[in-house]
Amino acid sequence: MIQLRVNGTDRQFEGDPEMPLLWYLRDMLELTGTKFGCGMALCGACTVLRNGEAVRSCTTPMKYVDGARVTTIEGLARNGLHPVQKAWIEANVPQCGYCQAGQIMQAVALLQSNKKPTDQDIDEAMSGNICRCGTYQRIRAAIKSAAEGIA
Amino acid sequence: MSPIQNVSRRGFLKGALSGATFVLAVRYLPESASAETGPLGSGSRLETGDSGLPSDTVTGLNHTAFHPNLFVGIDADGTVYIVAHRSEMGTGIRTSLPLVLADELDADWKRVKIEQAIGDARLGSQDTDGSQSIRGFFDVMRQAGATARLMLVQAAAAQWNVSPAECETDLHTVVHRQSGKKLGYGELALAASKLPVPAKDQLKLKPQTAWRYIGKGAPSYDLTDVCTGKAGFGMDARVPGMVYASIERPPVLGGQVKSVDDKEALKVAGVSQTVPVDPFKPPHAMQQLGGVAVIADNTWAALQGRRRLKIEWDHGANAVYNSDGFKKELQEAARKPGKVARNVGDVETAFAKGGKVIEAEYYVPHLAHASMEPPAAVAEFRDGKVVAWAPTQNPQAVQDTVSKALGIPKEDVICNVTLLGGGFGRKSMPDYVAEAAILSKRVGKPVKVVWTREDDIKFDYYHAVSAMYMKAAVDAGGKPTAWLQRSAFTPITSSFVPGANYGSGGELGMGWVDIPFDIANLRVENGPATAHVRIGWLRSVANIYHAFAIQSFANELAVAAGRDPVDYLLDLIGQPRVINLKDIGYQNYGSSAEAYPIDTARIRRVVEMAAEKSRWGKQKLGKGSGMGIAVHRSFVTTVASVVHVEVTDDGKITIPRVDTVVDAGMVVNPIAVKAQFEGAAVFGTSIARTGEITATAGKIDQSNFHNYRVSRMTDAPYQTNVYLVENNAAPGGVGEPGVPPMVPALCNAVYAATGKQIRELPLSKHKLGK
Repeated sequence: MIQLRVNGTDRQFEGDPEMPLLWYLRDMLELTGTKFGCGMALCGACTVLRNGEAVRSCTTPMKYVDGARVTTIEGLARNGLHPVQKAWIEANVPQCGYCQAGQIMQAVALLQSNKKPTDQDIDEAMSGNICRCGTYQRIRAAIKSAAEGIA
Repeated sequence: MSPIQNVSRRGFLKGALSGATFVLAVRYLPESASAETGPLGSGSRLETGDSGLPSDTVTGLNHTAFHPNLFVGIDADGTVYIVAHRSEMGTGIRTSLPLVLADELDADWKRVKIEQAIGDARLGSQDTDGSQSIRGFFDVMRQAGATARLMLVQAAAAQWNVSPAECETDLHTVVHRQSGKKLGYGELALAASKLPVPAKDQLKLKPQTAWRYIGKGAPSYDLTDVCTGKAGFGMDARVPGMVYASIERPPVLGGQVKSVDDKEALKVAGVSQTVPVDPFKPPHAMQQLGGVAVIADNTWAALQGRRRLKIEWDHGANAVYNSDGFKKELQEAARKPGKVARNVGDVETAFAKGGKVIEAEYYVPHLAHASMEPPAAVAEFRDGKVVAWAPTQNPQAVQDTVSKALGIPKEDVICNVTLLGGGFGRKSMPDYVAEAAILSKRVGKPVKVVWTREDDIKFDYYHAVSAMYMKAAVDAGGKPTAWLQRSAFTPITSSFVPGANYGSGGELGMGWVDIPFDIANLRVENGPATAHVRIGWLRSVANIYHAFAIQSFANELAVAAGRDPVDYLLDLIGQPRVINLKDIGYQNYGSSAEAYPIDTARIRRVVEMAAEKSRWGKQKLGKGSGMGIAVHRSFVTTVASVVHVEVTDDGKITIPRVDTVVDAGMVVNPIAVKAQFEGAAVFGTSIARTGEITATAGKIDQSNFHNYRVSRMTDAPYQTNVYLVENNAAPGGVGEPGVPPMVPALCNAVYAATGKQIRELPLSKHKLGK
């Protein structure tokens, strides 16, 4: 049996340990904020935090989250909004919005490890996350503005 | 009868809407489709609120309330409900059209709730494509809002026993000027619901100076839900008792299953059964592709089971399709004389005169949409009826397609529209919803069909593959005296009409016959091309390859003439004038030529502004650095883009800046519009840099984002500046027109930076380094 903590709640999983975390979150916990985009860790739409680090849940088998803390977009802020979410809203980042949970989770992970990311830092951290609507320049601006807010 | 009816008096407020005491329905269609005889009790109210999903998806809210038409409702507590009947795929239309209504109603935007309409033909077109939502419904939304406002004024005046002329509105309130009396909209709702609906000629629309929201805009209604993971997309739809399906489809269009071995698939834990899906009956149109579905109690199990299917296919006639060979055929077809779509003067005589002639050929491969949300849908077949939840651009096409697939009346197909995780034209085709409905009927449970990314890339309705042949005779100054352009592309009509192989009027009207250049001898032709894959609409459609050929060729001619590309482009456009193409049946994107003329003064202005804003010719560019310009009118909006690129010695391209100038006439929501053009710059960058779908033996070679690459943050323009030309002309399209000029502007910039002329897309196929 796999035990994990999702958004602060203890969970147990007895199914296929090879099942990617993504489908556990979406189909079983009904946490659909985490999105399916490619299934191959190519687009970042499924990004969640495992013990505070960004991972692609579509290629993270359940056996790799045994004993882990998992945070999804739904659990990012206990009350109100996370500073990154606030920055996203202020910058009007989303268009269709489908990739944005993954983008936000990736940006949260970046800012946890790097309080003042440069353009190059942002490129490196975010280039695994695809936005087909093309909101990249607003994502960059929102990350910078969130960094200022957090600092 | 007035087209706007006060439905609250006719007892339509059943179920969920019974809280709203004052409801207006706006109708466009004939009286025979009257709401009075409509299918009551079969619709569903789409309360979006917290979840963004229809709440009956999430909470099982009853299906009894019915929104008969586009309408506005006001609750006794003052809440204003506005129905969005167009699909939200990221353009902001779900916000922008209700904003127009709210403005005319003089409503407080903070007290507006938006409800997404189900598919219903009485709404008029819900096909959210062609960048036409604002154009098509701006006036209608204003009238709907103004009607409600007038009735609220009349209700207040009656209560105060004064003339309505003495009353006015002020943000959710009716005010009597002389006495200073005020009543809120909520307080007036019940009384207003008892009044007759005024005729259209009684309405007084607000003067532009009194607009609160139009022109200023508002952030997306769904912004916070999207940023907190609460927004509901089709992929997120869920109903009780639902099972999951993944379908193995024929790898070649028109192929069929010869035999299936599902023994291993059925051994996967969670897999309950496999179900054959019948192939479409030609033409494929919007129908399902067929194949074998694996049904399971979660997505992962369905995918695992599908991987273990052993299927033998009969690939059928389209197995002959090979992109390499087809490209040569297409180029050959484009070189030959084709059907003449427009003819001015006499190009042959002009060419025969001798002098300098320049020729060039361009090629654009198939493209895939690759919206971030792959197609997905939930459908429940029960008691002969279907209720579907789908991220669709066209819920009425869902009704049509599902009703035909199951042999049930169209009225018995209820299509709830979720948010769309991107659409770009793919989700105008409801084949994936038909799959869910067919499977639900077979399985006897609600079914969710999930497309993988591989399914999305391999079974798309692809953007046409195209070849263009261009020829110009130029005078001593390098200006064309004759211009011939020929094209061959796999037309979208091939998806609907067997054997259709010439471009339709609509496609040829997308930047091809309407080339806005001032050339004495001009001929536009189109040759045949037979499609072997499904062809559909992709953001800006035929404008992509037409703009690429024309604007690239214009740049080549400028270079050949030793002229500055901006000056030369302005010369080609010529003096301010209106180009009249009525004699060739030009469709002008379904809009009138009077309201939306091809006005070269406006085309010149965006070019001049783009040059000015980008500081064209005023910067010293370093080695490997270059700027390119292109201008294109599409969806009755004119756009010029200047792209600045830098190309390293090893051929790596970066795009530090794009300046895009847009003349879309009057703009309702500049916040959303600017975002559309920023996004279009990235979409165009993807097409130009890496967009390429190919087929071998009828099967698509690409499968996911590693081999169908779209632009990432590092590939995209670093900064796109969008400038909106301020004018009061009728509002044009904004979702698509940013894409076409972006592609040639980028390629022209690459030429300026490297001296390498790009005649075939994508750039990734070219060696740009030293």
